[in-house]
Amino acid sequence: MYAAILLLPLLGAIIAGFMHRVVTDQGAIFISTGMTAFTAVLSWIVFFTFQPGDPSVELFRWIASGELETFWSIRVDRLTSVMLVVITTVSTLVQIYSIGFTRDGDHPDPTENFQGSARSRFFACLCFFTFAMLALVTGDNLLQIFFGWEGVGFASYLLIGFWFRKSSAGSAAIKAFVVNRVGDFGLLLGLFGLFHLTGSLMLDDVFADAEKLAEINTAFLGMDVQALELICLLLFVGACAKSAQFLLHTWLSDATEGPAPVTALIHSATMAAAGVFLVCRMSPLFDLAETALLVMTIIGAVTAVFAASIGSVQTDIKRVIAYSSCAQIGYMFAAAGAGVYQAAMLHMFAHAFFIALLALGAGSVVRSMQRERDMRRMGGLKSRLPVTYWMMIIGTLAVTGIGVPLLHIGVPIGVSGFISKGMIIQAVFVGQNAFAVAAFGLLVLGVVMTSFLSWRLIFMTFHGTSHADQDALDGVHDGPQVMRWPLYVLAAGAVLAGMAFYGSFVGNDANAWWGGAMANAQMIEQNGETTSVLEAARAVPIWVKVSPFLAMLLGFALSYWFYIANPDHPKALAERYRPLYLFLQRKWYFDPLYNFLFIRPALWLGQAFWQRGDRSILDGFLNGTAMWFVPLMTRVAGRMQSGFLFHYALVMLIGVSALITWFAIGGGG
Amino acid sequence: MHDPGGVGIEGYLTVSAILLAIGAVGIIVNRRNVIIVLMSIELMLLAASINFVAFSAHLQDMVGQIFAVFVLTITAAEAAIGVAILVCFYRKHGSISVENVNAMKG
Repeated sequence: MYAAILLLPLLGAIIAGFMHRVVTDQGAIFISTGMTAFTAVLSWIVFFTFQPGDPSVELFRWIASGELETFWSIRVDRLTSVMLVVITTVSTLVQIYSIGFTRDGDHPDPTENFQGSARSRFFACLCFFTFAMLALVTGDNLLQIFFGWEGVGFASYLLIGFWFRKSSAGSAAIKAFVVNRVGDFGLLLGLFGLFHLTGSLMLDDVFADAEKLAEINTAFLGMDVQALELICLLLFVGACAKSAQFLLHTWLSDATEGPAPVTALIHSATMAAAGVFLVCRMSPLFDLAETALLVMTIIGAVTAVFAASIGSVQTDIKRVIAYSSCAQIGYMFAAAGAGVYQAAMLHMFAHAFFIALLALGAGSVVRSMQRERDMRRMGGLKSRLPVTYWMMIIGTLAVTGIGVPLLHIGVPIGVSGFISKGMIIQAVFVGQNAFAVAAFGLLVLGVVMTSFLSWRLIFMTFHGTSHADQDALDGVHDGPQVMRWPLYVLAAGAVLAGMAFYGSFVGNDANAWWGGAMANAQMIEQNGETTSVLEAARAVPIWVKVSPFLAMLLGFALSYWFYIANPDHPKALAERYRPLYLFLQRKWYFDPLYNFLFIRPALWLGQAFWQRGDRSILDGFLNGTAMWFVPLMTRVAGRMQSGFLFHYALVMLIGVSALITWFAIGGGG
Repeated sequence: MHDPGGVGIEGYLTVSAILLAIGAVGIIVNRRNVIIVLMSIELMLLAASINFVAFSAHLQDMVGQIFAVFVLTITAAEAAIGVAILVCFYRKHGSISVENVNAMKG
């Protein structure tokens, strides 16, 4: 069953990608979607029937070289089963949605359509994306995880650059790939370090050696550093790039150049989640690396505020959602840094639903508006897109976290974002690392901003007066049924996932439920007694518990005041604080900075190698030999050929005499 | 040491060397007649044969003289072929002047 879950999407991708002529485009689409849907059903069966202690499934021996011996095997534990459910469910819904989304092959823009075999190519890529992510989460050894990791990067490259005739899409795809390469380098160094120090890449072996690693030092860049901290930090660099955290986030907003379903997939289940998954998977190591956890908390909390602050002024509807998603992933890292991997996973579970919902909803809006993505040219779409509107409202409520604070009937009552984010914020509040208090403040600030930007999106898009042409507006209507149902299902998930899985993920018996798949929540000292962070997080003061809710209300109020009550206010404000506005609008100037720091020098180096190294020296040498030296020698040799017999005879005679003289004198020895 | 006629091996070798030199110079200096080239080759071969015979007598070894006989036969054959080529050449070009034969000029 596990093998089927892993391999069916690959089969679907192969059929849709290479055999669409045989099965027709229509057939390719239904086969690939069917494969993923079947996989999703199997995943849910696994999720509910899974018992801790099931053995891992070995498929075949993969690489054996020297000390390294790896098997391709599927790790069966709670973390895998949770990830399987998230990935396959979201992928299935996205693919079903795409059936409708791609059905407009006659779109006038030749660079942005699904004509010809583009549809089956699209589905093949989606299926491959799912497969790569499944390979990543089912990996039983780090090499296999790395395979999935690269597969995900490759699939994202294909999909972000899906409309490859558009130059912005091409460069966005390259950007995503290159930024991820930076992270992959960190991840690879981490893997090398682990193999060097433990002699194995099997997760079980590595975890067994965790304590030992925590006690030894190793040399890195000429410094003597703590081995475990180093490895965890390197792994975290990889996670940072894949999950688009602060400093390595630049690819994320450009990734919206792909079609909307791709945005949904990348941000919710298949790419951005990979980093968080890696941290959770390696949590037995991370749990012992205090510095790495501290760094993780800082990066996570900073990202939460940073991404939300940029998202608050963007006008591209898909970019706003991308930044909102980026901020949510920041929360997950903050939680993992505080030692509550369970809360991070709960938030990821919830996040997959509501971000997929929002991204697909935005896709519906963009599609109905003839690919218009600028929110300033929308407005007043509520009456024309009622289904999309209400689904986006649900998504927004879920991401901002609406709920009934302090009410606890077995589980907290609220949408998924309310529960998971509340849990994270409380856990960070009680967390014992040096940055915890600051992180708590940042995360609450992040809630205000997330709420502000999410409602801003709703108000600018659906409320107020329309800024679009009347012609464009006439064609605006909700998508076909096949695009609506995935939204309904995701909306149900976004509302209910928190309440349904709170008890299992972070409840009292969470450690037993997870069954050792991740490190248990950290134990901390509080008021003289030792409790787990999860327990302590539930017992925080009331003001901590209500603070995210109040922050959410504040964000909503600000947004309402800016965009409904005083629609002219934002412009005036932007004028008055123009540097700040530009700072946020231009994404904290990270792109120009990186351009200056890395891209220019790299281009210069490339130019130097190309112009001097390649063209002048190598080509110059070859061309000089072929076009100057060889003809010269030919001419000289040609001139020597007089054609007269006596000249040849003379030369021969001289040669023979010389040879004989040489031998006679003794050279022949 | 056998020494017929009271002439030392040096005498024979000197004659042979002179013959060889004449032959070589004949090939190189001659600009007109291919037949002279053939004759020069004959001279050089004769020089070699004289060496064979001289050393044969000097070393009391008959093999050298047998070789000289072989060389003579082969020389005859070679001269025949050379003259045959010349005849063909003359029919084609109407002359046997070496100066005009430079088809292999580079």
